[in-house]
Amino acid sequence: MASTETTTASGAEPADARTSDTAASDTATNGARTTGTRPADAELPGIEAGLDALETEQSGRPSLRQTLVGKVLPPVTAIVVVLVVWQGLITFKIVDDPTKLPSPSDVAQAFHTDWLKGDLLGYIWTSVSRGLLGFFFALLIGTPLGLLVARVRFVRAAIGPILSGLQSLPSVAWVPPAVIWLGLNNSMMYAVILLGAVPSIANGLVSGVDQVPPLFLRAGRTMGATGLRGTWHVTLPAALPGYVAGMKQGWAFAWRSLMAAEIIASFPDLGVGLGQLLENARTASDMAMVFEAILLILFVGIAIDLLIFSPLERWVLRSRGLLVKS
Amino acid sequence: MATTLAKAAEAVETAARLEHVSKSFAGPGGQQLVLDDISLDVAPGEFVTLLGASGCGKSTLLNLVAGLDRPTAGSITTDGRPALMFQEHALFPWLTAGKNIELALRLRGVPKNDRKDKAERLLELVRLKGAYGKRVHELSGGMRQRVALARALAQESNLLLMDEPFAALDAITRDVLHDELTRIWGETGVSVLFVTHNVREAVRLAQRVVLLSSRPGRVAREWTVDIPQPRRIEDAPVAELSLEITEVLRGEIRRHGQH
Repeated sequence: MASTETTTASGAEPADARTSDTAASDTATNGARTTGTRPADAELPGIEAGLDALETEQSGRPSLRQTLVGKVLPPVTAIVVVLVVWQGLITFKIVDDPTKLPSPSDVAQAFHTDWLKGDLLGYIWTSVSRGLLGFFFALLIGTPLGLLVARVRFVRAAIGPILSGLQSLPSVAWVPPAVIWLGLNNSMMYAVILLGAVPSIANGLVSGVDQVPPLFLRAGRTMGATGLRGTWHVTLPAALPGYVAGMKQGWAFAWRSLMAAEIIASFPDLGVGLGQLLENARTASDMAMVFEAILLILFVGIAIDLLIFSPLERWVLRSRGLLVKS
Repeated sequence: MATTLAKAAEAVETAARLEHVSKSFAGPGGQQLVLDDISLDVAPGEFVTLLGASGCGKSTLLNLVAGLDRPTAGSITTDGRPALMFQEHALFPWLTAGKNIELALRLRGVPKNDRKDKAERLLELVRLKGAYGKRVHELSGGMRQRVALARALAQESNLLLMDEPFAALDAITRDVLHDELTRIWGETGVSVLFVTHNVREAVRLAQRVVLLSSRPGRVAREWTVDIPQPRRIEDAPVAELSLEITEVLRGEIRRHGQH
């Protein structure tokens, strides 16, 4: 193999000036180091600083205007279009049956009434507090479970496939057994949330751990990060992007499970959450209220995602340079 | 630094001693011998480069010395756990440059209050004074390798293993890092075992060049490099010795085409 360096005839000092003093010294054998300073050494910090400056990428955050035009404007436009089409269907009497399609103003009226009665925030809080608390328990269970499946081969072979399979089981299927086991109470709601969210969280962590580059583990081991210290300092932080993706999906599943549970298992003692609101509206054949409940369920789900999980995910990705801006 | 060097010399005679080390892996045609009867000493404070073509098991040998793998036969003695630097920087992207170094300090048991100070001093040593809070992706390739070097030095190991750490860099950056490594080696007194397939790089850096033959890897020849530091890769004596070593290396490679 030939040397890969290309030599350039640089204007350095004559080479024989240096070869002459090599004869006298036996630097290699006694380990002494010559510390002569040549012009090149004095230049070195400058060259290095220049290289660093040339090769460092500039990264900044987008301006407020860019955010408004790029992020806020498109969804607002979409909402306006939907409202216009909706109003059009009513105005031009394409759908002329308020029990099938209420007008936007009727739905707004339903919101307004509940707001004035002071019930609106109560509905939201009942469901959101249940959802978040259930999700918190799901995290407490799903995280160690995911770690166990990821790290212990026997556990992975035993319950790994079941855990992935559970993700595709609609969590509404858990409502009837949960009602029979636990009765019509809050613990039944939490059980359904757990069954919906735990598999997603655990699976996210498993795939996160699986995708940790082996180089990180080797680097960690040479620094002495083995066993639990390795898990804490290397594996877990390296698996964070997959874990956060699992959490995001886990929240979506938790929220859906909770709504299913609230719709099916409505019972006066449980308090009125958004699912019960929807169910009450159906029994009262109040289509404006049905729309109100559906919109609330949708908005709360989106709001939690936008306020908690998306910023978390963006922060994780951006800090690692994984968020590509086009 | 001179005192620590002397202490290390008292404690053990060598920074690393390899005695009749062999390593084989289970391959498609049975056991495949990768390293065959390698004996090698690295003296405290010595800079040794391991040179060889593809398939000579350079990286395998380094993994064995680092303790990431066990030899099939023979013994390896090192003074404590060696630090290892890879071809890729292997810095953790979830930590800043400074925190990467602090993690190495923390794993070594350095108390919390001293870590930041030490990390900043190490960054200064690799001339990256302002980079403490920088994320890994914000640094250039050369800067990343310098942070990786600082992290390896944070382990305060007597032996620094380097696995082609500059192979992925452009020629200008590599040249600068050669100068830096020579300077830092001089300042810290660490022993270095540096693996490369680049003959000139080997001669530019080392006090001793060890040539490995390929398949299986054996020590083919050794050269003592008497050219005083600081050297340049384009210096005539460096080129001369490189030429000589390249000839031997080519001979080694040619043997593999003959059967």
